Amino acid sequence: MTMSKYARLLTAAAALLLSTLFALPLWRIYLLAPQYPEGLGLEIHLNTVRGVSPNDLDNINELNHYIGMKTIDPHAIPVLHIMPWVVGALVLTGLVVALVGRRKLLIAWLVSFVGLSLAGLAEFWRWEHDYGHNLDLEHAIIKVPGMTYQPPIIGSKQLLNFTAISWPGPGAWVAALAVALAVAALVVSRRRQLAGGASGAPADVRADAVGEPDTDARAPHPRPAEVSA
Amino acid sequence: MPRIASRTLLSGLGAGAIIGALLFACTSRVPKTSQRLVTGDAASRVYVPPGSYDEFYAFFSGGFSGQVTVYALPSGRLIKTIPVFSVFPENGYGYDEETKAMLQTTYGMVPWDDAHHPELSQTDGVPDGRWLFINANNTPRVARIDLTRFQTDEILQIPNAAGAHATPFTTPNTKYIVSATRFSIPVPNADVAIDTYARNFKGVLSFITADQPEKMDVAFQILVPGYDYDLAHAGKGPSDGWFFFTSYNTEQATTKLEVNASQNDKDYVAAVNYRRAEQCVAEGKARVMPTAYVHNYIDSVTHVAKSERKTSVRVLDPARCDGLMYFLPTPKSPHGVDVDPTGEYIVAGGKLSTVIPVHSFSKMQKAIAAKQFDSVVDGIPVLSYQAVVAGEVQKPGLGPLHTEFDGKGYAYTSMFISSEIVKWKLGTWEVVDRIPVYYSVGHLMIPGGDSRQPWGKYLVSLNKITKDRYLPTGPELAQSAQLIDISGDKMKLLLDFPTMGEPHYAQAIPASLIKDKQVKYFKLSANRNPYAVHAESDGGIARRGKRVDVKMAAIRSHFTPDNIEGVQVGDTVYFHVTNIEQDWDILHGFAVLGNQNSQLILLPGETRSIRWVPQAPGIYPFYCTDFCSALHQEMQGYVRVSPAGSSVPLVANVSPKAQAAMHAASGGR
Repeated sequence: MTMSKYARLLTAAAALLLSTLFALPLWRIYLLAPQYPEGLGLEIHLNTVRGVSPNDLDNINELNHYIGMKTIDPHAIPVLHIMPWVVGALVLTGLVVALVGRRKLLIAWLVSFVGLSLAGLAEFWRWEHDYGHNLDLEHAIIKVPGMTYQPPIIGSKQLLNFTAISWPGPGAWVAALAVALAVAALVVSRRRQLAGGASGAPADVRADAVGEPDTDARAPHPRPAEVSA
Repeated sequence: MPRIASRTLLSGLGAGAIIGALLFACTSRVPKTSQRLVTGDAASRVYVPPGSYDEFYAFFSGGFSGQVTVYALPSGRLIKTIPVFSVFPENGYGYDEETKAMLQTTYGMVPWDDAHHPELSQTDGVPDGRWLFINANNTPRVARIDLTRFQTDEILQIPNAAGAHATPFTTPNTKYIVSATRFSIPVPNADVAIDTYARNFKGVLSFITADQPEKMDVAFQILVPGYDYDLAHAGKGPSDGWFFFTSYNTEQATTKLEVNASQNDKDYVAAVNYRRAEQCVAEGKARVMPTAYVHNYIDSVTHVAKSERKTSVRVLDPARCDGLMYFLPTPKSPHGVDVDPTGEYIVAGGKLSTVIPVHSFSKMQKAIAAKQFDSVVDGIPVLSYQAVVAGEVQKPGLGPLHTEFDGKGYAYTSMFISSEIVKWKLGTWEVVDRIPVYYSVGHLMIPGGDSRQPWGKYLVSLNKITKDRYLPTGPELAQSAQLIDISGDKMKLLLDFPTMGEPHYAQAIPASLIKDKQVKYFKLSANRNPYAVHAESDGGIARRGKRVDVKMAAIRSHFTPDNIEGVQVGDTVYFHVTNIEQDWDILHGFAVLGNQNSQLILLPGETRSIRWVPQAPGIYPFYCTDFCSALHQEMQGYVRVSPAGSSVPLVANVSPKAQAAMHAASGGR
């Protein structure tokens, strides 16, 4: 069945919001230590890992050589080459869903979006696990038996003298908002479906027959911002 | 008559000294007066809790240390020594290849000096925190210190001068800083009989362009009678465009000046209209005089000091430039000359005077217009004292030297002989408060206290005698400074703090104008030192005749290369070490066994080069001198030195690619 104009707008908004992920960091990991009161920080972007301040990545790599951790080289992380394409595809398919206006497509889009997000988080965790556990113990300067250096996904953890604090970045919050918008689109189209069913005719058919202004006059739809709130 | 007055005063001082000595003999049994003067909340007023910052940066001259020390106020904590005119083995300044040109003069390298007066740059008559200038009194020089890095960037020698004491005082926008000679000498210097002083000896007042880094130069000099020129300050507001200099020894004595230069009842404040000087220079009235002086500066691209020799200077004779300058008679061997924040009053501290005379700029203008001249000296009209004086502070104390202002209508004058600070009101000239200081204050300082906008909360008394203020340390003691609260009607002593070298003057500025502009490291990608390495793989070694250049990277916690062989006795080795860290406060050092030169301290992103001439075959360790990391003790390496003519090949454990590149660059040997 087709979706209303508002459901389509919400879907399009969700898709367009995702395009901001090309600019916003998805995740942030802060490292605090007695001799780093100002902190060091990493920002995980779709396509790269960079320091919060210009030289943070180099300085973190410099420190990591003491414990035998691999050098974090964004070019050498395969998933960072794939992620931009994945998100680009989600943006495009989201817009297509909004254009076509089929509720089933919206469900499929939402499921794949959430599924890919979870896969992304899993990959992030796997990446942290790999860097935190697969240490070059032959050349490591500081070896603490049993010690590994994986920061948490969310929350803080003590790694020798550093407290690692990991937290979603603006990109993750925007992605969550996009999910909320897509869910709202689903809810809106479901409500219309129920309303249409009660009067004996599919809502979308009737809406097509009487035109949108009628719908507006009857029950003002919440604006996307209100939905997200 | 003046002679009698002076003798009476001097004998009075003698009596004072005897009474002082008697009192001093008894002090061991009486509590110090200062202990009773400190009120209950003084400790909390100067206590800056851990994790908090002080309110002001204060820059103290080092005196005979030739350096600048930086203190934080109100805590009185020493936070930095900035090397300026003296070599500084603590970081290699003046020894390494990058900075040794800074200390070049026409006398050759002069590795020390006597630094007196720090002067902050100004915008619209208010300290702006861009630069600090300071003078070298002995071999006349002025230096510029950049306040984003706290490093000396530029040193200019001043020709035709000896003893740059009245130096470096700034105009309200730092277009010029001035320098006047304390010791008049023949200009140009020449082999003459000393008793021809009156005929042959001259002073010069130099105006130095100061607002362009790397381009300080003497714009022009004014040739003045052979007196001792002591201190100076620019006019501001209505007196903007004028500069005032004190002089003493108008007697033109050459021997036993303490008596012979204390004869005249009045000496002079010289008032110079420097806009008029600019006109006369533009009209070609200055003669271009052959001379020699040296200008040294750190090249902003390579960060390597350059030294250039200048060969002429424009000299202006007041007799050829009508209206250029006037003398204001001023009692009695005046020391400081200080212009109040409004620019109307010019306060002179006659160190042997029993009053503090205050000249009026507007009265001076009227006297000039009405030609109220007592006499003319070398083409310079001497104005009538009564025509220019605005008032005299009566019975201020003994030995007035320097005056600063709080911006609330009050002036504060240091009294060397009576060892006190006297607060008095501008306009009424009445003394409103006084506070003893320990002991014998020279300069005093209020943050911005000589500017158009003083931050009149604290006053620092820079005392010349220390005696019992701190735990005794043998015959030589630290100098003593005292922090005084001037926010209320009554001055309150808050804190004693020791200072290093011999600070003469100091200036202070709110921390907020400086602290957020600090450079934390140098961008390695912008390092244009010809011997820089930008990565460990760039290190290398090359020989050119008897010269061996080692390019080395320093990063936690190793040097690359760290094993060097093939150096021979008779070689001169240059270690060019780059700290390739890009993080604040991650410094490395470099020192090699037996180096008669210095060590190096390397700021992040910076390259420094140290020369080493090994004297005998053997193994020479080198190591990092700045505790940089947990593995600092492991940051070391070895140089093998072989006899001259040895067949040991020149090698360093760097990447083959870097080695080949450096070999090719040196012409391959």
